[in-house]
Amino acid sequence: MLRIDAINSFYGKAHVLRDLSFNVCKGHVVALLGRNGAGKSTTMKSIMQLVRPSLGKITFKDEDITGLPSHQIAKLGLGYVPEDRRIFTDLTVVENLLVGRQPPREGAVTWSQEMLFDLFPNLAERRNNRGKALSGGEQQMLTIARTLMGNPSFVLLDEPSEGVAPVIIEQMIKVIGQLKSEGLTVLLSEQNLHFAQAVSDSAVIIESGMKMFDGTLEALNSKPEIRDAYLAA
Amino acid sequence: MELFVAQIITGLANASSLFLVACGLSLIFGVTRIVNFAHGSLYMLGAYLGYTFMQVLPGALGFWSSILLAGVSVGVIGILVEMLVLRPVYKAPELFQLVATFGVILVIQDIALIVFGPEDLLGPRAPGLRGVFRVMGEPVPKYDIILLVITPIVALALWYLITQTRVGVLVRAATQDREMVSALGVNQAWLFTGVFGLGSALAGLGGALQLPKGGADLLMDFHILAPVFVVVVIGGMGSLPGAYLAAVIISVLNVFAVTYLPQSTLVLMFVVMIVVLTIRPYGLFGREEVAGEHGQVGEPERPIKPASPRVQLLTSVFILLLAMMPIYSASFSLVFTTDVLIFCLFAASLHFLLGLGGLVSFGHAAYYGGGAYVAALLVTHANTPMELAFLLAPLGAGIAALVIGWVCLRLTGVYFAMLTLAFAQLLWSLVFQWGEVTGGDDGIVNIWPSEWLKPTIVYYYLTLLFCVGGILLLRHIAHSPFGYALRAARDSKRQAESTGIDTRKIQLLAFGFAGFMGGLAGALFVFSKGSVFPNELEIARSFDALIVVFLGGVKTLAGGVAGGVFFKGIEDILLKFEYWRLVMGLLIIFVVVLAPEGIVGSLRKGAERLNLIKSKDM
Ligand SMILES: Nc1ncnc2c1ncn2[C@@H]1O[C@H](COP(=O)(O)OP(=O)(O)OP(=O)(O)O)[C@@H](O)[C@H]1O
Ligand SMILES: [Mg+2]
Repeated sequence: MLRIDAINSFYGKAHVLRDLSFNVCKGHVVALLGRNGAGKSTTMKSIMQLVRPSLGKITFKDEDITGLPSHQIAKLGLGYVPEDRRIFTDLTVVENLLVGRQPPREGAVTWSQEMLFDLFPNLAERRNNRGKALSGGEQQMLTIARTLMGNPSFVLLDEPSEGVAPVIIEQMIKVIGQLKSEGLTVLLSEQNLHFAQAVSDSAVIIESGMKMFDGTLEALNSKPEIRDAYLAA
Repeated sequence: MELFVAQIITGLANASSLFLVACGLSLIFGVTRIVNFAHGSLYMLGAYLGYTFMQVLPGALGFWSSILLAGVSVGVIGILVEMLVLRPVYKAPELFQLVATFGVILVIQDIALIVFGPEDLLGPRAPGLRGVFRVMGEPVPKYDIILLVITPIVALALWYLITQTRVGVLVRAATQDREMVSALGVNQAWLFTGVFGLGSALAGLGGALQLPKGGADLLMDFHILAPVFVVVVIGGMGSLPGAYLAAVIISVLNVFAVTYLPQSTLVLMFVVMIVVLTIRPYGLFGREEVAGEHGQVGEPERPIKPASPRVQLLTSVFILLLAMMPIYSASFSLVFTTDVLIFCLFAASLHFLLGLGGLVSFGHAAYYGGGAYVAALLVTHANTPMELAFLLAPLGAGIAALVIGWVCLRLTGVYFAMLTLAFAQLLWSLVFQWGEVTGGDDGIVNIWPSEWLKPTIVYYYLTLLFCVGGILLLRHIAHSPFGYALRAARDSKRQAESTGIDTRKIQLLAFGFAGFMGGLAGALFVFSKGSVFPNELEIARSFDALIVVFLGGVKTLAGGVAGGVFFKGIEDILLKFEYWRLVMGLLIIFVVVLAPEGIVGSLRKGAERLNLIKSKDM
């Protein structure tokens, strides 16, 4: 469904992604693993063309999306949940969701505000609060909900477990499982191995922008040396 | 008491078009981050178009539909400007769009001149609202009362749009993080265009609404600019309630000033602004500017290196050619070259501040004109010998820059820029209104150099010495530890401070030094012309320098100089034409759209592509 083909991305002169290639199949949850600064977020941003890869090609649903403006990529059904949450702090929860709203899309669940409030009951209670009044966990749920309002068929989920309480992580694991069962494809960037293992089918490990491992979770678990070399303890 | 109430009503009525124009500007800035200097021009167009429609459409209905039509038409013009001029440069470095809006100002000025003629137009009275109402016995024009009612209605409509509709939600979201809005599937381009159109329509509406009170003339664009910026900054960039409150404060105070202290009218609003910003640095309802948050990552800046031998040679040849100029050219071209040299020094001093320091000053004319006035005042009022006055002028300008910089450097980004503009306007107003000392509008004349410097050739060498010397000094400092510290402070304040650099002190010194050099240019100017007028302190003069620096290229040290030569050269040719502003404006827009790295930057890139130079040269 998503094919990344030898992309190279830069911040100024800093070469962050080097010939990175991998695929994500329809209906799968793929974990993108790696240490701090490995290039996980940059991979996500490159897919959304928020960072423009200077070499390489990205195809989504058989369409070449390299070089497209971000909003068109989103319109194709690719949803992006950024790592630092980036909710609109001056807008209320409901207004944040309104920004994400897109017309229904064939082959994807059409989300309504109420459905999302069922999925994240904490948000329902705070629907008229401003973004800045929410806790870290609530903000994280809001970013996910906001992206789901666009009825994506594929979601890029950048470190949803970062800085949120263990209870919320458990809730998040449930939510991702539910989304997967509804047919959503997910690329999940993580450092929390427990989280990644609980939800994903396969994993891609990167280090300094290069791919170090690509395979199923069972394959990864059978090679502890890889885990120890490229993932934080 | 009665008079007091009547004056408050007049003040509130005056606030009405000021508010409309200001909230349009604020809205545009909030979403697009563009400081639209052409906003005053859109206001002017609103007045002219409103007037034109009123000539055709009769009666009360005609009057009010003309005002609406003027707003709509200016909105459409704004949309065109956004799509044709600004869209191509959104990706360019921040603030570069400014230059494009300068170009738009010039173009609109000449188009207005061509279409509507040079005469001031007396605004038609609103049909049926000619007389006055008696409020507690005092006469208040009926039209004022109507304005008093209209403004809250427009404000309410805007409030509804912004807070209660999805478009408004998107606008507010984009004000905070437009990249994220785009990643959620919203086409930013149309959002920008729409907001620009709406803001322009409000400016046009403001222009048409004030017709019965002020008419239409070709100076309206610059005259409204300073008050509008003051209002937006006092209220807080991007805040509509703030803009309303500030417009009311400024207008009401102004009405009282006209009655009780007429000499203070121009100065007053800047004093209010400085007081407000000292207490609340981001305006009454504004919030702190986070520069570059989630911004575009541009191409990295090349490290500046000492000139290669080849470039040093070229520069020496150029200076030599200039030095031998009296041998091979006529005296009028010496006078012209003197002008160009002075202007280049002025531009280079701003470049130092802007390019190296990242400190965008909108009011650099304060030090140029300031230096000129210091010299002129010393000569006129204290009989100071020319040589001494010439040396004291840059010193005076430098000290003024230190004081002003000390206040302004508490702020960053647009607020910093606006405050520097306000100080420049404050100086201009002082000179303009304090006629006994400064000669006001008539300027100060008969400021000639000493006998031995009088011949054109001698003065030419004096100018050459100080300008080339000054520019080389600026360049030298850029490569000194001070220059490195200044750039470190520009690129990352926090990192610079962690390595032990006192960024504020460094920036203040840079501001003072740039002011000093600007003052030197001013001193050279005043003795070469023999006179000085308030327009050397005007916004337009500050803009000239900004245009030159941006056109020349912010990132290249040669930028200020190349831009100066280009600008003065073109101006010299164009001034012979009647509609030189139009040509100049279009030219500026073309350069901005086609060469967003400035003249030097683009030439260098082109040359690199053709392998004429290696990237380590220059
Ligand atoms: N805006 C930027 N400008 C310059 N360099 C950047 C920028 N963002 C990230 N980098 C650098 O790029 C590299 C990859 O960063 P990236 O954010 O993709 O890593 P990550 O794997 O997401 O790390 P983390 O787990 O900390 O989120 C890092 O070395 C980082 O310092
Ligand atoms: Mg990351």
